[in-house]
Amino acid sequence: MRKLLAIMLTVATVAAVGFGGPAWADDKPAESAAPAATAVAAPASTAAPADAAAPAATPAPTPNKGDTAWLIVATAFVMLMSIPGLALFYGGLVRTKNMLSVLMQVFAIFSLISVLWAVYGYSVAFSEGNAFFGGLDKLFLKGITPDSVAATFSKGVVVPEFIFVAFQGAFAAITVGLIVGAFAERVKFSAVLLFAALWFTFSYLPMAHMVWYWAGPDGYTSAEAADKLNATAGWLFQKGALDFAGGTVVHINAAMAGLMGAYMVGRRVGLGNVSMAPHSLTMTMIGASLLWFGWFGFNAGSALEANGTATLAFVNTWLATACATLSWMIAEWLIKGRPSLLGAASGAVAGLVAITPAAGFVGVMGALVIGLAAGVICLWGVNGLKKILKADDSLDVFGVHGVGGILGAILTGVFAAPSLGGTGIYDYVANKVADNYDIMGQVVTQATAVGTTVVWSGVVALVCYKIVDILVGLRVTEDEEREGLDIASHGESAYHY
Amino acid sequence: MKLVTAIIKPFKLDEVREALAAVGVQGITVTEVKGFGRQKGHTELYRGAEYVVDFLPKVKVEAAIKSELLDQTIEAIEKAASTGKIGDGKIFVFDLQQVVRIRTGETGTDAL
Repeated sequence: MRKLLAIMLTVATVAAVGFGGPAWADDKPAESAAPAATAVAAPASTAAPADAAAPAATPAPTPNKGDTAWLIVATAFVMLMSIPGLALFYGGLVRTKNMLSVLMQVFAIFSLISVLWAVYGYSVAFSEGNAFFGGLDKLFLKGITPDSVAATFSKGVVVPEFIFVAFQGAFAAITVGLIVGAFAERVKFSAVLLFAALWFTFSYLPMAHMVWYWAGPDGYTSAEAADKLNATAGWLFQKGALDFAGGTVVHINAAMAGLMGAYMVGRRVGLGNVSMAPHSLTMTMIGASLLWFGWFGFNAGSALEANGTATLAFVNTWLATACATLSWMIAEWLIKGRPSLLGAASGAVAGLVAITPAAGFVGVMGALVIGLAAGVICLWGVNGLKKILKADDSLDVFGVHGVGGILGAILTGVFAAPSLGGTGIYDYVANKVADNYDIMGQVVTQATAVGTTVVWSGVVALVCYKIVDILVGLRVTEDEEREGLDIASHGESAYHY
Repeated sequence: MKLVTAIIKPFKLDEVREALAAVGVQGITVTEVKGFGRQKGHTELYRGAEYVVDFLPKVKVEAAIKSELLDQTIEAIEKAASTGKIGDGKIFVFDLQQVVRIRTGETGTDAL
């Protein structure tokens, strides 16, 4: 209790310093003054203060109510994916004695990351800094008011920055929550929280910045201006990597952290000898369905506007998932003899993962092919590949999210091609879709993004696990593990018969 | 007095209860149990993991009866619980030394 009070006091002190504007303004007058001024008008132009005078002549764009309404709803959808969607999907897959521990881990991570997102996460991911990390100008969401706006993918179209903050925060929360599945049933709760905070800071935030941060389309008026603005964007954004809603940032990122976790935390006691069959596939099916539902907010919401691209992402999310459900089911039926509900639910999640980076870029036929491939290849991910990796990834985070994420990221490069029904890449200088789309070139770019994510997340995760192991220890004792984490770690049990 | 314990298939419970009531058995105790006999278990497949389930769910029925009722009781259970396939279960018979009705203190056959 005293420890907790001390932590709260520290947080309160930091908060006071953070909100006490003068302290910051005194420290870095040049840096903090500029965004504070532009945040209200157009954060899109923060990158180019020199050019700011010219656009200032035209009236600042105001948010469209339809876009705003859609993004508010989409944000709530994405939050529903974490709790209860992901929590139930994972919860059903563990044994009865560990049900609450998984629900609790996802619930607590959602809350922890939400708070950290407001404290420094949003600033580090979505403000201008270098190519890997953003700045600290928006700590505690400093300077953001109801009038602040964030850029979208259309020139002159903006959305209220507060809902952009919440939308992106919901992404961060579910990404960290995804990792839980890899070390479920044996990890120490304090280790989960500490690891979540560390990995979020050093892997999620830079990956989000690398892939998604840019100054917005408004400043892209000429080739020179575009070059200048591109230089302020995230590293992978500059390279032209396509990731509509987070195949790299969310899925490959979390999957690598999960895989490292499975290695570092070690295998569950009794693996291979005692039955570790899922305790409630009913819960898993409810969770998978809630994930599918919430994913419409995740993918279609990533258009940031209520427009045609959002509807394309919606349809692709719907159909690729259905296709992956069927392909996993049929492949399992052929290979293993029976079509299982768990297979169907896993196929759906695999399809959702694979279509995530592609959702607003590929045509419907592309989505169907991506879904078809995702179901079959992720089935291999949880069978053949799992045996090769030899990690006790309890709930197949890598087999589904890693394999599906990599597949989706690569195929995005293929099916985004206009010749294959995709949207191509929009040229904001010419204000039209770029004429030539180089499939091989784009696939190489996508592979670069995948490789960057795999290495960055993998290395950061390894270091974070090591630190957590030294500070609090990664796993519970063998006795506690046998008793079950519900009683051992949380002092309660899920079911009273 | 005898204690008759029968292990039967779960879905046969209602038929067995009716057959026992028909021959005059006053009460039974039912427990959900698991076990194995000649009936083989089955395998369950969850993604890459395969589990052999050896223990199958059964229902255990216990009835304390007067010795005169024994043959009818056994016959009733046998008929009602039978499907003719492996896994129909078994009937065990024990001698029962004493019975006490807690409410009244009655003992022996009066307590049955």
